[in-house]
Amino acid sequence: MSGRARSERGLFERTVDGMRQAMERATSAEAGATAAGWMQRLDPRVKLAAVLALVAAVALSHRLDVIAALLAAGIAMAVTSRVPLSALASGVSLAAGAFAVALAAPALVLTPGRAVAVVPVAGWVVTAQGLMSACYLVLRAAAASTFGFLLVFTTPWAHVLKALRAFHVPVLFVAVLAMTYRYILLLLDSAHDMFVARRSRTVGRLTAATRRRLVAQSAGALLVKSLNMGNDVFLAMQARGYRGEVRVLDDFTMARTDWFALAAAAILAAVAVWVGR
Amino acid sequence: MHIPDGYLSPSTCAALYAGAAPFWWVALRRLRRSLHTRLVPRLALFAAFSFVVMMFNVPLPGGTTGHATGVALAAIVLGPSASILAVSTALVIQAFFFGDGGITALGANSFNIAIVGSLVAYAVYRAAAGRAPLGAPRRVVAAGLAGYAAINMAALVTAVEFGIQPIFFRDASGAPLYCPYPLGVAVPAMMVGHLTIAGFAEFFLTGGVVAFLQKTEPSLLAATAGRGVRPDDGHEAGVRPSLRPLWAALGLLLVLTPLGLMAGGAAWGEWSASDFADPAARQAIADASFGQAPPDAAPRGLARLASVWTAPFPDYAPSFLKSQAVGYALSGMFGAGLAVLAVVAAGAALRVVRRPTHDRGRPTP
Repeated sequence: MSGRARSERGLFERTVDGMRQAMERATSAEAGATAAGWMQRLDPRVKLAAVLALVAAVALSHRLDVIAALLAAGIAMAVTSRVPLSALASGVSLAAGAFAVALAAPALVLTPGRAVAVVPVAGWVVTAQGLMSACYLVLRAAAASTFGFLLVFTTPWAHVLKALRAFHVPVLFVAVLAMTYRYILLLLDSAHDMFVARRSRTVGRLTAATRRRLVAQSAGALLVKSLNMGNDVFLAMQARGYRGEVRVLDDFTMARTDWFALAAAAILAAVAVWVGR
Repeated sequence: MHIPDGYLSPSTCAALYAGAAPFWWVALRRLRRSLHTRLVPRLALFAAFSFVVMMFNVPLPGGTTGHATGVALAAIVLGPSASILAVSTALVIQAFFFGDGGITALGANSFNIAIVGSLVAYAVYRAAAGRAPLGAPRRVVAAGLAGYAAINMAALVTAVEFGIQPIFFRDASGAPLYCPYPLGVAVPAMMVGHLTIAGFAEFFLTGGVVAFLQKTEPSLLAATAGRGVRPDDGHEAGVRPSLRPLWAALGLLLVLTPLGLMAGGAAWGEWSASDFADPAARQAIADASFGQAPPDAAPRGLARLASVWTAPFPDYAPSFLKSQAVGYALSGMFGAGLAVLAVVAAGAALRVVRRPTHDRGRPTP
């Protein structure tokens, strides 16, 4: 297979794969959110507050061992509440991994400081400060994204949004977020179908310019489609009595375990910030 | 380009949340006024589209592919207010649901991509498209340029945010706590990738979609085309192009003046004659010139010309100001003000000179 044919195949396949993966991750998160674990049973408001506090603690802590301990705590919470570790690991590696290779790894040799090792063949000098710096970057990104994923893997998205209301996030914004998520899945599906249909109708090789035009046309068609859909959705909402007021049902109740979990998360975050200051 | 957690310090993140908030607020107010009850479904669909278009692989010349953000496209079709909110919403969902971009860095990512990207794209598009009719090829090029400029400006702002981290945040051993690269590394490293791959992905996507819309739904381009642009008659509207985008760009540059304080040493080639005698300055010149030692004495021509003119504010800090930083910023603004005055004066002078010829050409009643 020639290079051109390979890249042409890659264009369709990579875009379609990316979209399929995004949809799968969304559905697997929703499935995990209804599994029978202890975190799934907690009040969403508690989980949101706890996750935000722990992410802030990760960012504020100035000690590697404290950040590593927070990461371990996050993984322990995931294991004990039956979050599939493979999904968590793939999410975290996507979130922290790309930047780790591009930004953290060069810091090993680019940060000036005390030399501790030499990269074989290349002869670059790894410094102690560079090693510390790279560890900070990778551990912080991994720990923070672990907590972020812990929230979405144990809480249905609708509940996360409802919990936002408890923190006085404007109701308009909550409504937009809820609808956006729903239509992302729909538009992903449309775009996915569009690419698969185009792929199935493509015979032979396309020039680079044709492929570029194809992508732009798909994006343009999707844009027109989404704007039209926006109008249809508005008319449908109006038909059901929407007059610009958004109402969200706030029907969460705090149980004793919720208060306990909230206190535990607050103490963990406070201790991490205090010890790691 | 979505910054994850841990690469920016909490104080930088807080500052960028605070910096993004007024833009969100103004954008929301403006959009509420224009869309009324349509706001929620419209914004949600725009945001969903921004999210999905970020997943498109754009094939580039040379066989590689790149991802575009679609922010310029959103700014051109929807206007800057809707674009700011839609792209920010897409970033929120990416951060929470897909771990793409950190939760603490959400303000920073929104500021860089949604706000800087939308405003730069809109300004460049309006300035470059001028009064061209909706179907003009000039609009396709203008859209491409807007995408290219927007993504590169966003990358530059991101690189500056990265680059100031090691200046302020280090632990006891001197190891950087957050992003470790100084401005001298962060800016070129970020810009190489964006000036080439990401910039062209944005260029082709934005230009390509605008070309598609010109053929299929030209009405979608009317909202941001400016008053007086007719759909397809090919006539210029005869109104002078607005200078507002250029004034906005000048204002932005003035605000960014203090960035120059972070640069170390003197700019390459901007040495004074006395620097050649000072050993520390000689070392700095050699360091900046790939180890090439400067000549032993100042070149004769330079020494002779140096005494011809003495600047009122040597090194950009008037002597009566105690703080060099304030002096630097003030000098920048003063200099820009002088330049604007000079241009305005020259324009007025030109008008005075030209008027008689105009009058001669005009038919008498």
